[in-house]
Amino acid sequence: MNAGHTSKPKLGVRAATKVYHTASGDLLALDRCDLDVRANEIVSIVGPSGCGKTTLLWSMSGLHGLSAGEVVLDGQKITGPHPDIGIVFQEANLLPWRNLDANINFPFEIKGTQPDKAWINHLLRRVGLEGFGGKFPRELSGGMQQRAAIVRALSLKPSVLLMDEPFGALDSFTREEMNRLVEEIWLDAPTTIVFITHSIEEAIFLSDRVVVLTPRPGRVAKEYPVPFPRPRSLEIMATKEVFDLTNAIKMDIVGGRIGAKAKPALAVVNGGAPR
Amino acid sequence: MSQGDAIPEFQKAKAGEGGDVSLTNLSAFSSGPGIRSGAEIFAIIAVAVIIVGGAEFLLRFFEVPHYIMPPPSQIAWALVDEFPLIAPHLGYTLVELVSGFAIGSIIGLVMAAVITQFPFAEKIVAPYILLLVTTPMLALVPLLILRFGFGYTPRIIAVALAAGPMVMINAATGFRRVDSAKIALARSYGASTLQIFWKIRAPMALPMILVGLMIGAIFGLLTAVGAEMVGGGFGLGNRLTSYSSMIQMPQFFAVVLLLSILGILIYVLFFFIGKKWASWEA
Repeated sequence: MNAGHTSKPKLGVRAATKVYHTASGDLLALDRCDLDVRANEIVSIVGPSGCGKTTLLWSMSGLHGLSAGEVVLDGQKITGPHPDIGIVFQEANLLPWRNLDANINFPFEIKGTQPDKAWINHLLRRVGLEGFGGKFPRELSGGMQQRAAIVRALSLKPSVLLMDEPFGALDSFTREEMNRLVEEIWLDAPTTIVFITHSIEEAIFLSDRVVVLTPRPGRVAKEYPVPFPRPRSLEIMATKEVFDLTNAIKMDIVGGRIGAKAKPALAVVNGGAPR
Repeated sequence: MSQGDAIPEFQKAKAGEGGDVSLTNLSAFSSGPGIRSGAEIFAIIAVAVIIVGGAEFLLRFFEVPHYIMPPPSQIAWALVDEFPLIAPHLGYTLVELVSGFAIGSIIGLVMAAVITQFPFAEKIVAPYILLLVTTPMLALVPLLILRFGFGYTPRIIAVALAAGPMVMINAATGFRRVDSAKIALARSYGASTLQIFWKIRAPMALPMILVGLMIGAIFGLLTAVGAEMVGGGFGLGNRLTSYSSMIQMPQFFAVVLLLSILGILIYVLFFFIGKKWASWEA
């Protein structure tokens, strides 16, 4: 994979294998999954439900240990949460008992460091949350909550941003708005982004490369480069090339063109799968 | 806590065994949307006047003997008249309540925090906690008096024994409300176990802790008064037994009224604490 790219990857996943030990038996979530992400590249990971996308992302973040294989950041093996990696979780994951300012301050409280106020204010302006610092999460819309979560993740200036289906709970208009916002932020200050999503359109809009995982146990089935220029306008997104690419990926996922290599004993376990 | 092998779980509905907890049970008695118009205030006062005045009228009209039920005006008068006599006893009861409650709830909170960190230990201790919660601690008062005499000690112990387990089971429910996504968030910034406890688990448990403290305080009041009725020459409970034995019913009901006010104050106190510190849950 990635033949022709000789530069060292920013983030590399090597033969990642993850087994969950659940009450109903062992569950093989990832099976020798390999993935390279180059510096300042946006890679989306799509795949059928429960294929191990979130597991893969959590492993890349260091929140999860792997049963076998390794995750490498800048040539260093990752053994736990890493300061250079920011995470945007599903459903914003703000702390409801803290107002927006206190939520954004949370990482600095944990680390015992001083926040870069100028940078945070710049980010808040960028995402349109200036003046909302005293609001509590329940007073903010879903889109605003997720914007706050993005600011929180970027406040520490990570070189890698992992986004775990961040906009899955938003309505489609808000979602498109958020996609444009992510692209704008990235064009402003490129970072390496790994983006998990259910939406093929979202994946194509945002990514330099779309990676399709197999059904569980997750492995990389296919990769599609997305060569369209940025910023990606509505016109570009309406071209036949985008349409064809969308369909090709859709056929991979729902059309059964990619087969599962799961051992039957493990494949029957369906409960408690990460979304 | 090893979170390493937990399957990432994000659905809010599955945020732990505690389930959805809210202070709505605290607000059950408050008049929902609040009072808005003068007409509403008038109606509330009118109904109160009709109830109290009606009781007054009926009790006097049918000449109900005072030793069965004195009219409200006499109870109110007795409360004012006897207050200098009752006040020290209110003080004794409050001393028992506050010190017993403080001891019981601190022990209850610490035990809840510790026990929920060790699920296996929790399973072992659970039946005994249940026993403590369900046994009326009043039953132990004669025994405590036998051992510690007629002073404050047996009562404070009884109050602590009544309040502590209530605080503990509610706080434990709160501490068990683990939201793995929020803990993962803290861990992603390198949070220690202690930081996760103080910055994630404790705030998440706070609404349940407040419910536990309120129930504990009210159980403590019941037990304090009960213990005073069982033995010893001081406290509001002692006033109740002594007034009723002398068939001084207006004074008796004055003390009952005082106890009701005390209970309501406890409720209101925790209601406002909840509003201030746990309103995010509502």
